[in-house]
Amino acid sequence: MARRPLQEINAGSMADIAFLLLIFFLVTTTMSTNTGMQRKLPPPPEKKEQKDIDVKERNVMVVLINKDNNIAIKGRPIQLKDICEKTKIFFTNPNNDENLPEKKIKEIPFFGKYPVSKGVVSLQTDRNTNYEKYLQVNNELVRAVNELRDEKAMQKFGKPFDELEKEKQKAISEIYPLNISEAEPRRIAAGAGK
Amino acid sequence: MAKFARKGKGGTPAISTASLPDIVFMLLFFFMTVTTMKEVDLKVQISKPKATEVKKIENKALVKYINIGVPITKYQSKFGKEPIIQLNDAFAKVRDIGPWVDAVRSDMDAENRSKMTTALKIDKNAKMGIVTDVKQELRKAKALKITYIADKTTKDEFN
Repeated sequence: MARRPLQEINAGSMADIAFLLLIFFLVTTTMSTNTGMQRKLPPPPEKKEQKDIDVKERNVMVVLINKDNNIAIKGRPIQLKDICEKTKIFFTNPNNDENLPEKKIKEIPFFGKYPVSKGVVSLQTDRNTNYEKYLQVNNELVRAVNELRDEKAMQKFGKPFDELEKEKQKAISEIYPLNISEAEPRRIAAGAGK
Repeated sequence: MAKFARKGKGGTPAISTASLPDIVFMLLFFFMTVTTMKEVDLKVQISKPKATEVKKIENKALVKYINIGVPITKYQSKFGKEPIIQLNDAFAKVRDIGPWVDAVRSDMDAENRSKMTTALKIDKNAKMGIVTDVKQELRKAKALKITYIADKTTKDEFN
């Protein structure tokens, strides 16, 4: 019986298909990367008895989160969404209010003499405060500073802060430093922030 | 006997295996790229909080993780239901953090030691008590660069 010899399947394009699939998967799979909020801790106290640095009352904004996760700024209760605005006003002090931080003239590259706020935000929590709440408040404070920096960058250089060169970023960071201090842990009276 | 004759001669032709290496390599590459080397198995449950001001973690070699959360169910009878610390593969106490930082540092190249970042991966329902304790320990150990692990969210969702 005369048989037609069976043709072999052409496998030449198999490699192409394989590569196509490979590239497809490479492009579509997102490797789960972690994102995080970067902060710096203050260095450990050098001596055992360290004196608290005297800071004028007007230069400090105390943000309290008590054990019931209520927030208070300078003793007055406040909602989470209002913190950012309040912080921005605190750091800029646009009308040179007597109750808001003083300013110190500083020599800053690109800007010349610039009045820099002496304000410090002091974030205090109770041991029973929820971590999520703490992070949210922290986030709002960082956001306030970031927004101020962005505004300044737009105004001076016409670009958002992230797109500026290192030196320019540094100059703006000097104008709006991330002055958030976290007090040593302590118990906060239950009444605070109600 | 026709049956046997047929088997000997024609039958099905052998499928070309020339592309098999390609397929294998493809799979290999795929898994190589996708697998993130999971160095530790999480023994604590962590649901990450959300935040807007987060950055991607770069240079993973310099980032070391401290996990804090409630132990997973099978460890709960032994370790309770309160959030605890997991360092590397084991549960740890607050006082273990100092030695852990030193050990991690000595494993790093000398020039990278100062760049070490401690990532705090903390369950959002944890209390600040344990977080503050850990932070105090990190301060003592002079591991001052920290990052709070959080998922990125938009401003509208956040408030």
